Amino acid sequence: METDIVCVGFGPAVGGFLTTLSRALVDADGTTVLESRVMPGMPLQVLCYERADDISFGVSGVVTKARSIRASFSAEQLAEIPMATPVTHEEVLYLQDPIGASRRSLGVQALDAVVGALKNALPWSDHAVQLPWIPPFLQKHDGLVFSIGQLNQWVGSQLMGTGLVQVWPGMPVSEPLFDGDAVIGVRLVDQGVDRNGAPSGAYMPGMDVHASLTVVGDGPVGPVGQQLNQRFGLPAGHHQQEWAIGMKAVVELAPDCGLKTGAVLHTFGYPEPEIFGFLYVHPDRMASVGIFIPSWFDNPARTAYRYLQHWMTHPRLWKHLKGSTMRSWGAKTLQESGRRGEPVLVGDGFARIGEGSGSTNVLTGSGVDEAWATGVQLAEAVIELATAGKPFTKTNLDATYVVRRRASWVEQEAKIAERSRDGFNEGFLRGLIGMGITGMTRGRVNVRGRVRRAHDRIPSVEMYFRDRIPLEEIREIRRQYQAAGVPLHDALMDRSGWPQIEFDGALLVSHQDALLMGGKVQAAAGFADHVMFLDTATCAGCREQVCIDGCSGQAIMPGPNSIPQFDREKCIHCGVCLWNCSKPHVTDPERSNVGFVAGSGGLHSPIN
Amino acid sequence: MSTGFHIVVLGSLVPDLLQTLEPVQGPTGPALKNELMLPAVLDPWAAHALFEAAHLAAATPGSKVWLVSLGPKAKLQQLMMSIAQKVPFELVAVDGSASGFTDPVEVAEALADAIEKIPSLDRSRLLLFGGCASASRDAGVTVQLVGERLSIVDQFLAADELTVSAAGILTILERVEGGRYLVSEVSGPPCAIAWATGNLPEPPNNPQIGMMNMRTIMPALQKAPAIQFGSQGSVFQSVELPKQERRTRIVKDIPIDEMAREIADWIKG
Repeated sequence: METDIVCVGFGPAVGGFLTTLSRALVDADGTTVLESRVMPGMPLQVLCYERADDISFGVSGVVTKARSIRASFSAEQLAEIPMATPVTHEEVLYLQDPIGASRRSLGVQALDAVVGALKNALPWSDHAVQLPWIPPFLQKHDGLVFSIGQLNQWVGSQLMGTGLVQVWPGMPVSEPLFDGDAVIGVRLVDQGVDRNGAPSGAYMPGMDVHASLTVVGDGPVGPVGQQLNQRFGLPAGHHQQEWAIGMKAVVELAPDCGLKTGAVLHTFGYPEPEIFGFLYVHPDRMASVGIFIPSWFDNPARTAYRYLQHWMTHPRLWKHLKGSTMRSWGAKTLQESGRRGEPVLVGDGFARIGEGSGSTNVLTGSGVDEAWATGVQLAEAVIELATAGKPFTKTNLDATYVVRRRASWVEQEAKIAERSRDGFNEGFLRGLIGMGITGMTRGRVNVRGRVRRAHDRIPSVEMYFRDRIPLEEIREIRRQYQAAGVPLHDALMDRSGWPQIEFDGALLVSHQDALLMGGKVQAAAGFADHVMFLDTATCAGCREQVCIDGCSGQAIMPGPNSIPQFDREKCIHCGVCLWNCSKPHVTDPERSNVGFVAGSGGLHSPIN
Repeated sequence: MSTGFHIVVLGSLVPDLLQTLEPVQGPTGPALKNELMLPAVLDPWAAHALFEAAHLAAATPGSKVWLVSLGPKAKLQQLMMSIAQKVPFELVAVDGSASGFTDPVEVAEALADAIEKIPSLDRSRLLLFGGCASASRDAGVTVQLVGERLSIVDQFLAADELTVSAAGILTILERVEGGRYLVSEVSGPPCAIAWATGNLPEPPNNPQIGMMNMRTIMPALQKAPAIQFGSQGSVFQSVELPKQERRTRIVKDIPIDEMAREIADWIKG
């Protein structure tokens, strides 16, 4: 199939791209302005393929200054977006540990002691202290709170309403098509295949879609972006070794909850010091609540779901959340290397935008608006090139898109943020101080830290829990849980002092119930598995098996011969297995032993 | 059948079946909380009908499929992004509530009006397809009512299979009570068939079909007439969900007999 422009993935970046481009394709009376090469006389033919079964896929608690998004839409238009609201109140809370199970370094214990001694003089209550001042780089006032799902859905509807671009959900893209080093389009996934990819039933081989320009906006674990990285490598000095798993729920707050619409709460310090949390209040008593577990949190039994529940039940948050009902749930990983994770942005026939292109600002914790901005920048470049009749070559895209990006606020702020989190690699307090210094000096002074790959840093279960659980007991837990075919994390957390969660059936529910209540699990028949264990001998000898304990949907479980087994029906496509595998790829130490390729499905809730 | 069938499929959106639904009383009557934000799918029974229609049309040269959908225009647009890649059809859109809290007689009237206005439709070749029921809380009578409105007297209201002989005779396998089938023969169209399940799996997504369908979908949405329900005086006194109890247990590869026994034990207990 021939088209002019094909986009991979529909998120904020491609939303910004298509919104800007679609407004330039025809003039007010419908006359073609930017003419198609494949359909002469018609406007540029633009297609977008999205893996998820609807365009409102997304998982994010979005609070954003929305500079770029506001430049694309009027205030009246933005007011139409369901669940969007202006920020009305901000708090940053340092959460102390009311249970005594948290791993707190001597430095953090000292901080707790100081807070305890001064609590009468501080805005302290319910085991938390509110920072009296929010550093400018973290402030979100004048910003907006969004549901990413509703934002995407609204933008997609506007785009489809123009009739000028086509966005197709439920259609994963398998790979880029190359002619030499030029990208000449994409190949869609095979359909009508079994879980191993062998034809079965209504086999339909993935169609080739040829295009003059392939816009890659498939996020941090997108298959096309991954394959471009493997082919072209990352620019010198760049890496993608820092990431986080974000897990969230959208909840309906109890009628007597005192939080006002537009309230924004950020937390740190609990359930483990390294875990950050957020609570954003949408209109109609809906709220996004969630946590981020960063790559520098070394627990190999890193179950985000259990930690999310402990975070929600912290007294300072529970007083707001008690009586709430879960309306949706989800998780995604974030590429948090920021500008240092930037891949090769352009080449002959392709350009990369959004989170997968390294646009997320790791200091301000902002990614949606930055992603949107990169999409707008590429669209402006495409309009310039198409107007001038120039081809989408690397040289031309460098001179138009990359130049715009380098000159923009996205780039300037990303440079400031570039080394802001390095300190976290050496310890939580050092990281916190480093982040503050970077922010206050606008990147001129940074605290150093050595970024390590997952397989260089994740310790064994025995090593991590050696101060809490005797070795023999860990062995016994391993034996029992392996035999039962369930992950270790609950046993390890229970034994480490974390109380079991008392389910209330509304907000505090089992992990599997969250999967069922929190959206819909899409695993359309006829697609192959998208998660694979590349060298199974390595898996069989792996003592950490972080892929199992870290899996957001319990889709990876212990299997025969110690090789994990994957259940596509439960996978929510967060990609955490790809990032946190503790074993390197057999031939490429920059990759892990988990393969995460194109696949259909993912948990989908339009309000995440 | 040298000229083929003109197959009109009635089908619209319903909230995704895994969503938790909560009825609320809105200003114009009962509604679902956050209904416009709920993910929507093509009603599963209507989906069977659409896939059967497309299969029949592909096997019968000269045939054409229309999908007549009544629903909120914005949600229909979203729905089309998902199903337009499945099979070829031309959309006829009617902008109105798909909540199910509507009188089927009024719904049928709106659908029949829309069908009568399809310019190239040959009523002598018409096969009216739809679902034998709907997940949108309707009474499962819409196809019948539309058929009556269009003066279609041959109606089959729980079909599982349709075959067409070389002579153009339609043979319909229809569910009747007691787990048995009624086999009927009709000399030809027009007739109305409400599908129970059909036999066809969901087709794979085909990007070329999607692009072809989209040429008619956006214009159809733009000119969709708006329909207001309630003019005939139907009033919903109260709406509530059936009581439910959720007990989740994830088990793989359990034998079907064991599953049945466990459910039976639970019901007995």
